[in-house]
Amino acid sequence: MDNIAIELRGIDKSFGPVHANKNINLKVRKGTIHGIIGENGAGKSTLMSILYGFYQADSGEIIVDGRPVTIRDPNAAIAAGIGMVHQHFMLVENFTVLENVMLGAEDSQILNKGIAKARVELRRLEKEYALEVNPDALIEELPVGLQQRVEILKALYRKADILILDEPTGVLTPAEADHLFRILEQLKDQGKTIILITHKLREIMAITDEVSVMRRGEMVATRTTSETSVEELAELMVGRRVLLRVQKGEGTPGDVKLSVQGLTVKDSRGVTMVDNVSFDVRAGEIVGIAGVAGNGQSELLEAIAGIRKATTGTVLLNGKSVDVTGHRDPAELRARGLAHVPEDRHHVGLVLKFEESENAILGYHHDSSYSNGVFLNIDAIRKDAEEKIAKYDIRPPNARLKTANFSGGNQQKIVLAREMERGPDVLIIGQPTRGVDVGAIEFIHKRIIEMRDQGKAVLLVSVELDEIRALSDRILVMFAGRVVGERSPDATEGELGLLMAGVEGRKEAAE
Amino acid sequence: MDFFHVLVVLLESTIRVSVPLVFAALAGLFTERAGVFDIGLEGKMLGAAFAAGAVAAVTQSVWIGLLAAILVSILLSLVHGYASITQRGNQIVSGVAINFIVAGSTVILGEAWFRQGGRTPALAEGARFQTINFPFADAVRDVPILGPIYADLLSGHFLLTYLAFAMVPASWWILYRTRFGLRLRAVGENPGAVDTAGISVIWLRYRAVICCGILCGFAGAYLSLAMTAGFVKGMTAGKGYIALAALIFAKWRPKNVMLACLLFGFLDALAIRLQGTPLPLVGQVPVQLMQALPYILTVILLAGFIGKAIPPKAGGVPYVKER
Repeated sequence: MDNIAIELRGIDKSFGPVHANKNINLKVRKGTIHGIIGENGAGKSTLMSILYGFYQADSGEIIVDGRPVTIRDPNAAIAAGIGMVHQHFMLVENFTVLENVMLGAEDSQILNKGIAKARVELRRLEKEYALEVNPDALIEELPVGLQQRVEILKALYRKADILILDEPTGVLTPAEADHLFRILEQLKDQGKTIILITHKLREIMAITDEVSVMRRGEMVATRTTSETSVEELAELMVGRRVLLRVQKGEGTPGDVKLSVQGLTVKDSRGVTMVDNVSFDVRAGEIVGIAGVAGNGQSELLEAIAGIRKATTGTVLLNGKSVDVTGHRDPAELRARGLAHVPEDRHHVGLVLKFEESENAILGYHHDSSYSNGVFLNIDAIRKDAEEKIAKYDIRPPNARLKTANFSGGNQQKIVLAREMERGPDVLIIGQPTRGVDVGAIEFIHKRIIEMRDQGKAVLLVSVELDEIRALSDRILVMFAGRVVGERSPDATEGELGLLMAGVEGRKEAAE
Repeated sequence: MDFFHVLVVLLESTIRVSVPLVFAALAGLFTERAGVFDIGLEGKMLGAAFAAGAVAAVTQSVWIGLLAAILVSILLSLVHGYASITQRGNQIVSGVAINFIVAGSTVILGEAWFRQGGRTPALAEGARFQTINFPFADAVRDVPILGPIYADLLSGHFLLTYLAFAMVPASWWILYRTRFGLRLRAVGENPGAVDTAGISVIWLRYRAVICCGILCGFAGAYLSLAMTAGFVKGMTAGKGYIALAALIFAKWRPKNVMLACLLFGFLDALAIRLQGTPLPLVGQVPVQLMQALPYILTVILLAGFIGKAIPPKAGGVPYVKER
């Protein structure tokens, strides 16, 4: 038992009413890669922030190398030999690599001496861990993979023995991620202890020695990676959540309402996020897009909704062309019968400081039933909001309440009510039940099926595979920006999982 | 009067009017590089000028006057710091509030203490700064070209004038060659990086704000103890805002700050020089147009000629730990 690098005993942390970490116990063995997996909001990041001194635990003990330590701030964590690679890099973009590495560990008041020393030390670290990077390059000119390498170097420069990586592959391309894993293997071989936080099962299976699973603030299990399976971990992560199967009759697909041909989208860094994707969605069918988060689904959705520019490709809405590569105008698309429930309701779907009735018409506020062109017709807007509240069972039933005060599920219903009640021809929905309680999930699923039965074309993107399988009439699987396969909803979870992990898809695409 | 002589006179007065701009713009450089926007340079300068004038008049000591200016200015900076760093308030509102409070209270206090309509009493020789003449300045004045440059342009300024221009390389050195400077620039770009490196964001920003206070103190003291002999109400006359314009114009870099201040100072000197003098072709130029020139120039140049001025990324945003 003496080869434990870090141990947590009874860590508990609440933010107001939110119990983020409940009595967490964890042991990480020295010289191993220990994965911590869990869904978004399971409390992984909070736990690691406690370990790095960003927050104080309400109760509990941290034991590093057999000695209890108090980690009041990042300084104490650094002193205890803990280094952290944050999900959003903590780098100063217009500084050089060298300046970033030495920031906070400069050695002396005047920089010159420190710079010379840091340069030598950096060179040594680069050589020892094969982490080449030009010390004089500006961070903003480096690709993301190299920026991450600088973060790792920062931790090593501070003599960290325990390295925490928070969702390190979220911003990386698959090739960059593979490279990162090789680096981590190497660090492990040199005796470092690595804690890898992720929600991607594939990464856990590929690289960790042990894995701990978190669910809703609790540490539910720890397994030796070689003795567990993707299926077991997935079940532990999600819990035996009884997904109430929605009653769904056979669909009756009609005309093609939405047609996407050869769509390619690049992000601001020029990385291809959506790679030559083509598909059709017919009236009266739900097409689900499955995939691990970050494989281009978000960008695809945004490009179709007219909030992100595509590089090439065409989109036909009701048989008429949409200018996806040039001028973007979501309002025009709405007028042409496209409704969009965005993935991120807080930043894109709602203005949280507005009252409910205002959000219930957001984007349609120019409509003649709500406005005479100059003034809003407040009475009509409130009446409309109250009708939606009743129909969608939004609670509390108060149209004048600030939207931020509704729960996640009710906020989502506000967005759904707004988009569905317009009677669109095409409905595109991203993550309809993210952060939504179980009761609301069932309601939302029923509404989506109803939309289909009314003859709408529905495009559904979700990272919840269960949801995709329960709702879709056809399933497209995206991996690394491409559609790697189409399956019927009867396909097994294992089959879809392999496609999502990019294993089967490569073969299929090659054939 | 030949052209050369006119030029020397013009440049000499350029230096004279640029000094408070250089101090104030460097003051702004320190806070803004640390991520705290400061529209209150004007108020701090005015408060410092009043404190300098009042204290020097009472104590008859220029040094105690200078000290009072710096102390008052630091105090006002700390008010801004408390509002915008500790309380995470809106930095613009806090700065504007300081400007208004100082503009009003200096007049009220001045009238209550000295009964001269908001002025402070005219300062005797020992209670204000004297110009420093370089050795042999008078002797070499008649040497062509170099003589007037040495005697009129380089020699014969106040101690604070030399200090202001010495502060330019000094500020550069502090910002780019010391640990404090590295951290200060980092906190203005990404306070999260500073926090995770185990450095206190709050204490670092307070130190930057104090640096700003000291420099604004010098700017104010120059106005009432060197440029004139005593405080006059509203004597900063928008110099704080011009300094801010210079800072943006200079893209937050010390050397450029000095050049921008000299350019604006030159326009000011030119405006005074051209007052009532008709120009060839255009005739008499209204004084108001000349006075507006620094602002017009900033807008035009920023709009297209010098490219985008990118402020420190975390500027104006109070630091809150994630989540």
